[in-house]
Amino acid sequence: MAGIVGYGAYVPMYRIKVEEIARIWHESADQIKNGLGVKEKSVPGRDEDAATIAAEAARRAVFYAGIDSQEIGAVYVGSESHPYAVKPTAATVAQAIGAGPNMTAADLEFACKAGTAAVQMVMGMVDSGMIKYGMAIGADTSQGKPGDALEYTASAGGAAFIIGKKDTIADIIATTSYTTDTPDFWRREGIGFPSHGGRFTGEHAYFKHTIGATKQMLEKTGMKPGDFDYAVFHQPNGKFPTNVAEMLGFKPEQIKQGLITPTIGNTYSGASMIGLAAVLDEAKPGNKILVTSFGSGAGSDSFVLDVKDGIDHKRHKARKVWEMIANKMYIDYAIYLKTRGTIKLK
Amino acid sequence: METAPASSWRRQNASYNLVGNKCEKCGAVYFPSRIICKNCGRESKLREHKLSGDGEVYSYTKITAPSDTFKDDAPYTIGMIKTAEGPFIEGHVVDNGKDVKIGAKVRTVLRRMYADGEEGLIHYHYKFELI
Repeated sequence: MAGIVGYGAYVPMYRIKVEEIARIWHESADQIKNGLGVKEKSVPGRDEDAATIAAEAARRAVFYAGIDSQEIGAVYVGSESHPYAVKPTAATVAQAIGAGPNMTAADLEFACKAGTAAVQMVMGMVDSGMIKYGMAIGADTSQGKPGDALEYTASAGGAAFIIGKKDTIADIIATTSYTTDTPDFWRREGIGFPSHGGRFTGEHAYFKHTIGATKQMLEKTGMKPGDFDYAVFHQPNGKFPTNVAEMLGFKPEQIKQGLITPTIGNTYSGASMIGLAAVLDEAKPGNKILVTSFGSGAGSDSFVLDVKDGIDHKRHKARKVWEMIANKMYIDYAIYLKTRGTIKLK
Repeated sequence: METAPASSWRRQNASYNLVGNKCEKCGAVYFPSRIICKNCGRESKLREHKLSGDGEVYSYTKITAPSDTFKDDAPYTIGMIKTAEGPFIEGHVVDNGKDVKIGAKVRTVLRRMYADGEEGLIHYHYKFELI
């Protein structure tokens, strides 16, 4: 059975507070913080993009796993902010970890859930015996149009997972998916910022798919919310995962460790994967973890993980997510615009 | 500035992963790679060798009047790094809020160095991060 052999997460250290963005648009910071459940978000440096974030997370995953990167047979990078429209981020990442050339690689896009789709792809390849190890990455430097509600949450970060059968720290005992064509959020080719359906992103998009995949998982495994030590739901803001957890019968303490969006914003393809990394930072052998991602457009992937003894042997190698989140540097709105390349000098 | 695709591609092992070489005869490590070992001359046995990326700041300078390629990045810091394996490497030191000091410990990270305009290639390269 395929499982996680190693993982690594990366969150850029720059932060901008909701108060600072609200100041520019004459909006109430308190109202936004209460409405979205987010107080600040991560911002990538001028020299960071989805490829550098993915590469850093991937290097940490290889170090954690303690494997020879030449044994990685597949690298898939899920992102909605690949630096190139044509030229694979996955090839750059593979080169940066010393993998290849005898391997397959590709970029994926499915809004915020392309990284978990990559996990399912490499799980299948590992279980079929096609490859020994596969790497699945979710990384983004997401964009929010200045003045749009998304500007308060669209942030940057990523996580990489190495999937294999030997020396796992957590086995993936089941996965389910729930997918429909739902126009809740989109960005056309060559357009700088995404558009969204406002309130339509809730009930018919996030909640329907997250609940659909999770209920399917509970039926498939015969497990109940109370059987899990931890649960991670995709977190476009702080409110949606909290509400969906309650609707499904999970308690706040089950989602607390993996709920990172209130402090770093929505890292899109990275969000549920960084949340899982934060959980693995403290999970104990025998713990059961539920993870359900969500990507606009729309779909959800759900996973049940069974934490193995091996996690205690590798734990010291992890760069802990919450320590990374605490290591931060605040920037103002002008520096934010310059850093994101929104100011055009010519 | 535009860089020919093949030019940055040829340096990829060095610029992504700090791959230099090492003389198996005397143990000397080189970055960038040398064709002949300085100590062993024609007896040299050089093999590819990946540096760990760990090191310390030997010297540094803050650039406030950059070339056109880096004009949007100024001010930025260039460091002369003494690597754990010995070679001295010059490189960008990323701003992570820590003060650059002689003797400060660093490690390498992969970052965008520059891009050839809006349509050209993006060039990735190692930089140094203060620990």
